[in-house]
Amino acid sequence: MEMVNITIDNRKLQVPKDYTVLEAARYANIAIPTLCFLKDINEIGACRMCVVEIKGARSLQAACVYPVSEGLVINTKSPAVREARKVTLELILSNHDRKCLTCVRSRNCELQKLAEELNIKDIRFEGETYKLPLDNFSPSIVRDPNKCVLCRRCVSMCKNIQGVAAIDTNERGFKTIVSPAFNKSLNEVPCTMCGQCINVCPVGALREKDDTDKVWQALENPDLYVIAQTAPAVRVALGEEFGMPIGTRVTSNMIAALRRLGFNKVFDTDTAADLTIMEEGTELINRIKNGGKLPLITSCSPGWIKFCEHNYPEFLDNLSTCKSPHQMFGAVLKSYYAEKMGIDPAKIFVVSIMPCTAKKFEAQRPELSSTGYPDVDVVLTTRELARMIREAGIDFTNLPERYFDDPMGKGSGAGVIFGATGGVMEAALRTVAEILGGKPIDDDSLEYNEVRGVKGIKEASIKIGDFTLKAAVAHGLGNARRLLDRIKAGEAEYHFVEIMACPGGCVNGGGQPIQPSEVRSWIDLRRERAAAIYEEDRSLSIRKSHENPAVKMLYSEYFGEPGSHKAHELLHTHYTKRENYPENK
Amino acid sequence: MEANNCCCGCVDEKAQKLQEIIEKYKNTKGALIPVLHEAQELYGYLPLSVQKKISEELDIPLTEIYGVVTFYTQFTLKPKGRYNIQLCMGTACYVKGAEKILEKLQEKLGIHVGDCTEDGKFSIEACRCIGACGLAPVMMINDEVYGRLTPDQIEGILDKYKDM
Ligand code: SF4
Ligand code: SF4
Ligand code: SF4
Ligand code: FES
Repeated sequence: MEMVNITIDNRKLQVPKDYTVLEAARYANIAIPTLCFLKDINEIGACRMCVVEIKGARSLQAACVYPVSEGLVINTKSPAVREARKVTLELILSNHDRKCLTCVRSRNCELQKLAEELNIKDIRFEGETYKLPLDNFSPSIVRDPNKCVLCRRCVSMCKNIQGVAAIDTNERGFKTIVSPAFNKSLNEVPCTMCGQCINVCPVGALREKDDTDKVWQALENPDLYVIAQTAPAVRVALGEEFGMPIGTRVTSNMIAALRRLGFNKVFDTDTAADLTIMEEGTELINRIKNGGKLPLITSCSPGWIKFCEHNYPEFLDNLSTCKSPHQMFGAVLKSYYAEKMGIDPAKIFVVSIMPCTAKKFEAQRPELSSTGYPDVDVVLTTRELARMIREAGIDFTNLPERYFDDPMGKGSGAGVIFGATGGVMEAALRTVAEILGGKPIDDDSLEYNEVRGVKGIKEASIKIGDFTLKAAVAHGLGNARRLLDRIKAGEAEYHFVEIMACPGGCVNGGGQPIQPSEVRSWIDLRRERAAAIYEEDRSLSIRKSHENPAVKMLYSEYFGEPGSHKAHELLHTHYTKRENYPENK
Repeated sequence: MEANNCCCGCVDEKAQKLQEIIEKYKNTKGALIPVLHEAQELYGYLPLSVQKKISEELDIPLTEIYGVVTFYTQFTLKPKGRYNIQLCMGTACYVKGAEKILEKLQEKLGIHVGDCTEDGKFSIEACRCIGACGLAPVMMINDEVYGRLTPDQIEGILDKYKDM
């Protein structure tokens, strides 16, 4: 790599030629405050929080977009620099709704941290204060424009990474606002509810709809039998909320904490992920054998489903009819489990702990109530669970070892890897290869590395006997768009396609712990959390869905076989085309 | 389309014309601004239905188009009536009771400032100082200037346009 010599705060050093001043400073362990900057996602130099003095330049320059060059002399903390940053920050704060005490992002807010770091003691400008209405009509996302600092990170995420463009910068000057078109609610536009905008927002302007009260109430209600089920990605991220390193596995602590919160049972959504593989694998084999609609596209990511309903209705028949795992699980709990335990299904209250905001929307779809009751009563994100744990005063890092409850607490390794991009594909391959190939595959060959990793679109040809299965995996809706456009244009052909709405898959879902821009500059959350997922898979003795004893039991005692009538009734669903901007007011 | 029940009533030919405008610019770079411009000339404003059509045809997200429309003051989201009333809200007019005039206009026409009557005849706009402070409070109906207004004159003035 070509290097250049620069001087930064009187220190001489060599840095790669393609660095920005910000990167060079960080490399030299010199902190420069930033606000709008988010590596690879929003590098637009808009907020001017990061200004530095460059020798020879007429004005202060934004470090996050200024490239280094040979002989560059930089001063990151001259009086002019410090004053300019303070003015910038005070101007932002002057019309900010500064109610940190009751703000969901307090202590994890980049603006609050800046105010502390820049030693702001007084705000010299009297900003015009105005109160804009809160958009809380969406079941998943709350948008509070009074806390928005106009950094545009969410806009870049939604438009460039997700390819949705549900929000943008509108109006100008003092009235500038980041919002959906025509001031509509996020609930009335093609927002997928993926929550990726929340994860990149530096402040409390975007957040999930908090449903913790509903769960507290259910837990207090003696008539209800309250069951928690947890998605695979939660157990590799929840620890971050309690200061543990990114990628720490906290399965046992999570279960123990849920017990202390008072849930009657704590089950593993992985069991249902395994069930999904049985149903979806069967669907795939049937479609291949009987000339059904191909490619079969996975359906466990509700953000993706909503995206497809809005933007690619021509692919709705390609979608697997399988419900997403937690919805399947809810339906099983309110039918099979209720019967087996002799509990009135009306009294079963299912809480899904998910890395996902889109599942809040999904849970209230009217068609997802096969038993006559909603499959799932409340969806909590990883962050909301952390809030409940804190509120209950549970010392999360210091809990006894606990395991999921039987009989639905056994998930296989295949179920666990659902949490990362490529995981559903790999889990399906582990089962389909064995069924189609007619012979067991051993532990060494059940890891399909070609579908793992963070590459946007991954392709694989997998030999199963004399059949070659062509597969593709896309994560992040922008990548999904690219892949679908290629399929549509006839440029690519597959049997099986996995799509997850969130970049990196559920491990980086819109309900996961939020890491600040600075951490995201160094650490790829998708990789670290996925690594923990694959470790968890390797730690389990059962790693194929069809070998999961709970799944075997479900089929022998209740469903008969995958794809049976009963299975269709409870585990499958259908989709509807959605108009993008309906005009009837 | 929403524009079907727009102020001026007549739309289907307009849809045709909009299509032509879009076709004209479709494959040129930076097509959006000229298309919006001509579309506004055609419709008098840029409602959701028009922006949606442009969004679909040019393959630009609606949010982006809306951002452009609300950024530039030359574009408007609301229709104008055949008689557009611009009421000056500059300091001089304001001090001399422009607000009372506005109240009266709103009451008589049954619409709010920024809106257009159902029959497409009148719309009310509040504008900045038009440089006729000597006549404050002042309003313009299309090109006609009315000065030293009092609320009780309003009815008579509006009546002049009733049968036009
Ligand atoms: S967004 Fe940050 S600075 Fe603003 S109120 Fe919330 S915690 Fe405080
Ligand atoms: S939830 Fe997803 S689709 Fe909706 S605005 Fe946020 S990033 Fe865009
Ligand atoms: S909502 Fe958040 S991410 Fe979006 S512009 Fe405002 S502060 Fe930035
Ligand atoms: S301009 Fe550099 S962080 Fe915003």
